[in-house]
Amino acid sequence: MIKYVDEYRDVDTCLSIAEKIREISTKPLNIMEVCGGHTMSIRKNGIQKLVGDNINLLSGPGCPVCVTAIKDIDKAIALSQIEDVIICSFGDMIYVPGSKTTLAQTKAEGKDIRTVYSVSDALKLAKEEPLKKVVFIGIGFETTAPTIAAAIVQVYRENIDNFSVLSLHKTMPQALGAVLSDESCIIDALICPGHVTTITGTDMYEFIVKDLGISCCVSGFEPVDILRAIYMITEMFENNQPALLNAYERVVKPQGNIKAQDILAEVFKSVDADWRGCGIVPDSGLGIKDKYEKFDADKIFDINVPDSKENSACICGDILRGAKNPNDCTLFKTACTPMNPQGACMVSSEGTCAAWYKYGE
Amino acid sequence: MCWSIPGKIIEINDNIAKIELSGVTKEVGLDLIDDPKVGEYLLIHAGYAIQKVDEKSAKFTTDFLNGKINGKEE
Ligand code: SF4
Repeated sequence: MIKYVDEYRDVDTCLSIAEKIREISTKPLNIMEVCGGHTMSIRKNGIQKLVGDNINLLSGPGCPVCVTAIKDIDKAIALSQIEDVIICSFGDMIYVPGSKTTLAQTKAEGKDIRTVYSVSDALKLAKEEPLKKVVFIGIGFETTAPTIAAAIVQVYRENIDNFSVLSLHKTMPQALGAVLSDESCIIDALICPGHVTTITGTDMYEFIVKDLGISCCVSGFEPVDILRAIYMITEMFENNQPALLNAYERVVKPQGNIKAQDILAEVFKSVDADWRGCGIVPDSGLGIKDKYEKFDADKIFDINVPDSKENSACICGDILRGAKNPNDCTLFKTACTPMNPQGACMVSSEGTCAAWYKYGE
Repeated sequence: MCWSIPGKIIEINDNIAKIELSGVTKEVGLDLIDDPKVGEYLLIHAGYAIQKVDEKSAKFTTDFLNGKINGKEE
C-alpha cells in the first residue's frame, strides 16, 4: 500500500463519483485537462467513458515535451555536434523529431547524449568528467524549473565551470491565456495542473475565471482526484457560477511553494518562448539571468539553426490547443505510431496521441 | 513529465533525504523544502522534493469522499 496513492485509486469511489457526475450533468461541457499527466490518467482509467456523453475532455498545452518547438530540438542537436559536449536530457525528449533528425539518431551516430532522471544526475556527471562540457536540456514548466534553478545555484556556489543549461522552460499562465482567448476556443472549464500549482499557488488562475468566465479546478493525478475535480467543475457549470477551486488540498496550498518561487526568481527571468501549437507567446519562457550567464548554454555556445519545418500533416498544434483530437489526424495509427512517431504528441509518454494509441478513446 | 509521487523521509543528511518510495529507497534534494523532518511525507519530482504532503487535508479528502460522495460509512 502506498500512502496517499492507493486510497485515491479505489474503484468503488471512482464509480460512485462518476455516477454523481452523470446525475447532475444536463448539458454539453467541454473541459480541458491542461496537463499531460492528467491526459494519461484520464485515458488509462477510462474516465472519459465513465463521465457520460455530455462531458468532453480535451487535452491542453501541458506536456513539456510536446510543446517544445522543433527549432529548439534542432538547437539541442546542434549543441551535441560540438566537440567535448555531453548532452543530458530527460528521456522522452531524445525521440522527438527535429526538422531532420532526433537526438536519439544523433546518439546512434556516435554523439554523447545521455538520458537522466534528474538534473542532479547531469551535475554529478559534470563533476566526474571535468574535461567535458555537460549541457542539460532544460524543459518543463513551473514544477521542474525550480529543480534546474537549484542545480544552477549549486554550480554557482561550487564554481563548477563545465555545466550549463539550455533553458527551454515555459510558464503556464501566458500559454493558457493565449489558448483560451482565441475566438475559436470551445473550452468551458479547466482541470488545472496539480504539480505546477504546487509551486505557483492557485492565484495565477484568477484571471481565467474573472476575465474569461472559465471555471478552474486544480486536481491531483489519481483517478479519484480527477473525477472529484470533474464533479466540482460540473456543479459550477450547471449552477452557472464559474469559480476557482482546489481539489488537491493535500499538496496544493493557495500560496504555493514560496521557497521554490524564490529560487525561480533568483535564477530565471521572463522571456518570450516558442510553443509548438501556439507560436511565440510573450513572457511565457524562463531565460537564465545575467548573474548566472556562465551556465547558460545559449550564451556560452554560439548556435544558430535555420527556421524549422513541421510535418504539415501533423496536427499536434491543434491538439495542444484543445481544438482537435488524435482521431482527426490522417497519420494517427497509420504513418504515426509510438514506434515511428511523426510528432511530439506521439513520442511523449504524456502526449495525447500516445495516450489515445495506448488506451483508446 | 510533471509526474510526482509521495514518499516518506527515512533519513536526512544535510540537503539530501533518503526517501522510501513504494518499497525502494531513493535520495532526493531538499533545496525546495523548508524544515523537512524524518517521518514526514514529501512529494517527489525529478529527484527533488517539491512539497510536503499535508496529512490532515489528505485525511479530510478521503473522509469527505467516503461519507459524502460514496455514501460509505468510515
Ligand atoms: S498522430 Fe502523429 S502526426 Fe498526427 S497529430 Fe499526433 S503526433 Fe502528429
